Amino acid sequence: MSQDHLDGNAAGGALRDVFAVDLTAATGQCTACERTLVLAEVLLYTHAPGLVARCPGCEEVVFRLVRAPGRAWLDMRGMTCVQFELPAGS
Amino acid sequence: MARATVLGRLTWRVATVTAVRDETPGARTITLDVPGWPGHLAGQHVDVRLTAPDGYSTQRSYSIASAADGDRVELTVELLPDGEVSPYLARVLSPGDPLEVRGPIGGWFVWRPETPEPVQLVAGGSGVVPLMAMVRARASAGTGTPFRLLYSTRGPRSALYRAELDRRSADGSGLDVTYAYTREVPDGWERPPARVGAPLLAEAVWPPEREPAVFVCGPTGFVETVAGLLVSAGHDPRLIRTERFGPSGGRP
Repeated sequence: MSQDHLDGNAAGGALRDVFAVDLTAATGQCTACERTLVLAEVLLYTHAPGLVARCPGCEEVVFRLVRAPGRAWLDMRGMTCVQFELPAGS
Repeated sequence: MARATVLGRLTWRVATVTAVRDETPGARTITLDVPGWPGHLAGQHVDVRLTAPDGYSTQRSYSIASAADGDRVELTVELLPDGEVSPYLARVLSPGDPLEVRGPIGGWFVWRPETPEPVQLVAGGSGVVPLMAMVRARASAGTGTPFRLLYSTRGPRSALYRAELDRRSADGSGLDVTYAYTREVPDGWERPPARVGAPLLAEAVWPPEREPAVFVCGPTGFVETVAGLLVSAGHDPRLIRTERFGPSGGRP
């Protein structure tokens, strides 16, 4: 496995541009290998134009997020059943 | 502290540098005053944004080094000689300067003082920064939760927070610190310089039967090696949380 990746922790700020809650602690299921994964633990590649997250089990793409001024593209093709905590009182 | 769990829109805030101090020849701690800071958990990070006069803008993530303390936030930045952002932060930034930050970010690689399990911290290089926030949050909460830190660094001169770790590990509160030097060792040191391997982990890490909460932070290769060795040694993968820095020790 190559060593030029980070992990989902580093996508926390970019994901908070899009979502109202922290997603790094969220769990989901990889659509390719059906592994349950925590978003903080995906392999994150930051050298592409944007962020590409891959499954730590099978290395298939979990999500892609590209930002431009005033606009974002989010492709969550590789993850289903996302579960995350809502703020107290929600 | 409870405020840290209330999430609103993540906005950029203009912080003011109140102090800088050199930790080692290659790393500096920057103290920020962040008006309206909502508090943070140990292990969280901030994004820092620099904008040039021509409008070019770039951002990086830095772990928070301090425990929650009002509007005060400390970052420790390691100088990457060919870095785009760290030379400015580690060499140029001075007290009184503004700095754009947003955070706190991250809800996975965090330690909460109310959790009772013993804690094992494993740091590679500047990966010690978010783990130091955990050590400080523990001291600030006065919980006495048993903590062990295994800190792998090039040599004694590159060790961050050395004086503070010496003091905190000698105060009888239950913090143990083990240094693993990879390049140079002090005279009379018990081990030759070496990378962290299974024997040292067996010696310095809580045994799996204690079911410690484990936090590993460092360069990608270090984190993957250590996490793999810990699982092989019988630690439950679900109790191991990891955070990777870039190959050069930096972050995106």
